[in-house]
Amino acid sequence: MALRRFDMEAGGDTFAFKPETEEKIAFWRGKYPADKQRSAVIPMLWLAQKDNSGWLSEPAMREVADRLEMPYIRVYEVATFYTMFRLQPVGKYHIQLCGTTPCQLRGAEKLKEVCQTEIGKQMFVTDDGRLSWEEVECLGACVNAPMVQVNDDYFEDLTPDSLGMILNKLKNGVEAHPGPQVDRINSAPEGGTAILTDPQLFDGTRNQSGALPNLPTAEPEPEPTAAGKPAESAPTNTQREVPQKENTGKTTLISKTETAEKSAPAAVSGEKPESVAIASEDHDDLKRIKGIGPKNEDALNELGIFTFQQIADWTPANIDWVEDYMSFPGRIEREDWIAQAKELATGGETEFSKRVDAGQVASSRDDED
Amino acid sequence: MLQDKDRIFTNLYGLHSPDLEAAKKRGAWHLTKEMLDQGPDWICDQIKASGLRGRGGAGFPTGLKWTFMPKEVRDRPHYLVVNADESEPGTCKDREIMRHDPHLLIEGCMVASRAMRAHKCYVYLRGEYINERHALEKAVKEAYEAKLIGKDNVNGWDFDLYVHHGAGAYICGEETALLESLEGKKGQPRLKPPFPANAGLYGCPTTVNNVESIAVAPTILRRGAEWFAGFGRPNNAGTKLFCVSGHVNKPCNVEEEMSVTFRELIDNHCGGIRGGWDNLKAVIPGGSSVPMVPAEQIMDAYMDFDTLRDLKSGLGTAAVIVMDKDTDLIKAIARLAYFYKHESCGQCTPCREGTGWMWRVMERMVKGEAEHDEIETLLDVTKQVEGHTICALGDAAAWPIQGLIRHFRHEIEDRINQYRLPRAMVQGAVVAAE
Repeated sequence: MALRRFDMEAGGDTFAFKPETEEKIAFWRGKYPADKQRSAVIPMLWLAQKDNSGWLSEPAMREVADRLEMPYIRVYEVATFYTMFRLQPVGKYHIQLCGTTPCQLRGAEKLKEVCQTEIGKQMFVTDDGRLSWEEVECLGACVNAPMVQVNDDYFEDLTPDSLGMILNKLKNGVEAHPGPQVDRINSAPEGGTAILTDPQLFDGTRNQSGALPNLPTAEPEPEPTAAGKPAESAPTNTQREVPQKENTGKTTLISKTETAEKSAPAAVSGEKPESVAIASEDHDDLKRIKGIGPKNEDALNELGIFTFQQIADWTPANIDWVEDYMSFPGRIEREDWIAQAKELATGGETEFSKRVDAGQVASSRDDED
Repeated sequence: MLQDKDRIFTNLYGLHSPDLEAAKKRGAWHLTKEMLDQGPDWICDQIKASGLRGRGGAGFPTGLKWTFMPKEVRDRPHYLVVNADESEPGTCKDREIMRHDPHLLIEGCMVASRAMRAHKCYVYLRGEYINERHALEKAVKEAYEAKLIGKDNVNGWDFDLYVHHGAGAYICGEETALLESLEGKKGQPRLKPPFPANAGLYGCPTTVNNVESIAVAPTILRRGAEWFAGFGRPNNAGTKLFCVSGHVNKPCNVEEEMSVTFRELIDNHCGGIRGGWDNLKAVIPGGSSVPMVPAEQIMDAYMDFDTLRDLKSGLGTAAVIVMDKDTDLIKAIARLAYFYKHESCGQCTPCREGTGWMWRVMERMVKGEAEHDEIETLLDVTKQVEGHTICALGDAAAWPIQGLIRHFRHEIEDRINQYRLPRAMVQGAVVAAE
């Protein structure tokens, strides 16, 4: 973690966006749902930094917070977390020198020396206010290493000499050309490439086919070539109402076993209780059992279970099966459905059933979802 | 070598215009409506059959990931979020897609969104890619104007695409940290579950995919799953962008088929190893987070997920960092240790404290200013960080050091001995004092 504090003195007391920035602010805010405007905080801070000579003062952060109706601390938090927000003044041209291993291997350390001689120590602003530099972490142009970013632009494939020349140009207000500083185009190999030369790639030949392959009508099911297709799949969506039965294994991505264990049971164990078909007037009101609401009652009815006697006759294997089927392991025993059912089947009453009969249990009423 | 006719990213080097007209001539936006008309199941099935594995590093099957989204849209909208926060040291492939072939990405976003029943997509770019962002914004604007995307577009699936950017935090490449950042917070990873497919962006079902995984999808559908599956060894299908950096004669990005051998990759595209093949010392084959592989093991290895996993490393993002015999490996890994120390988000203690601790010890080992038994202690600490954090950054910080000790322990020991040599008396005194 980088410890970052902001400069409370250099920023003064006020900040205002430039008038021409308003359009950009509206553009960015338009990208996010009306009640999620907080998403715009990073782009807005970035615009504020642009309007504040390349660094972010505390009043600028407050302005952004006010506009997005965020507490100040939430904006401070963001501004200090992300390293592109500079919390102290920088030069007109701020040089970010990539020092991470791929650049280091190709000579970034020599470039650091150049910056130290030409500019000074990190975050020091030259007297004319034009230059400052800092070492940053990988900038994502590793095949063009070593490189620096000057404000918005990447200068790539540098040597101490070419960096020195660029710094000189920036110091003297001469335009420097971004991109690779050697004989190559972007990330192509130096001196040109032998690939991507076929003219047919670029003249529309690729658009000749008039239809997609593998359409359902004529689909010879493409052989899944992934011979060793991973037997494992991510345990995602475990909390959905309808668990995806096929996604129950562990994942290689985020393999924390506890997540996998929570997924839906792959196979239902135990023995299915016997089902009966009886006329509806003989059905018992299963909701009089504590633990059975309208949903569970429906599910039981679907299994062909309509009377207290049936539940009272369940074997332990039946209980296992029903718990698995209804995805609530341990509940039948915990709520002691069997004892309740035995009592009710013989015409007796339980504390709970009395309350149900008196209409005091909302969840046991039929109109309740 | 992969032939030109089989390349997906035909404008990889930006030799041609990235504009819509030119992109269409290269094959983008061809038959898109027909793909979307087939519906989610067909798209997912085709991507599954193609064997495409996620290009962001973990290599999870992309088609399967798409099917994790709920099968129907209920009260919460679905989102596709594209991870363009390319910050893994060594990796610079998505940058080329965004600045030179942006329409492949936009089309891919639309196809993937159809597959997961999403109407909105956010592309999260790293903050430093400012010119790349402008290039992508321009292409998005073109697509809107041509009515390829947007409300009532010609492709028949309402679809909005928004470009978002970060501000320089490596951790935002982790999918849940990315979502936090996109919601306007610090980029600190979330605990899983719930997984993003269940509760992601704004609490809605979300899938996060790498730029390359998304950008190859339309071409796979156009040319057929078998075509894509025809490259590479089983379970490692397709073509892949490789970023070769470090000590090769001509570092470059290149699209090659999976399971190309390391030697072919370097000889065909990068002009060989600096100083010849005998000068090769070690290679980090998949971006800074994977352990290095010594020269003799990597030279003729297949560059694919399974081979590199068997070499106790990984394909990761296919960012190949080559190191020749002049390299101070300890220093190279110490610099990576600094990187992880700098980029730890500070949420989990093992990572926040461990990365700093490992870096400080590594810095001493660069000089040799350490005890021999500290190597074992360091290895032990990496094991204590690994697997004890919310996200994989802790693992990523531990693995490069483990790789170094696994293969080049003798170098660390030599360094310690060398440091002691001129200080023999002092050392003797210390030993005697014990």
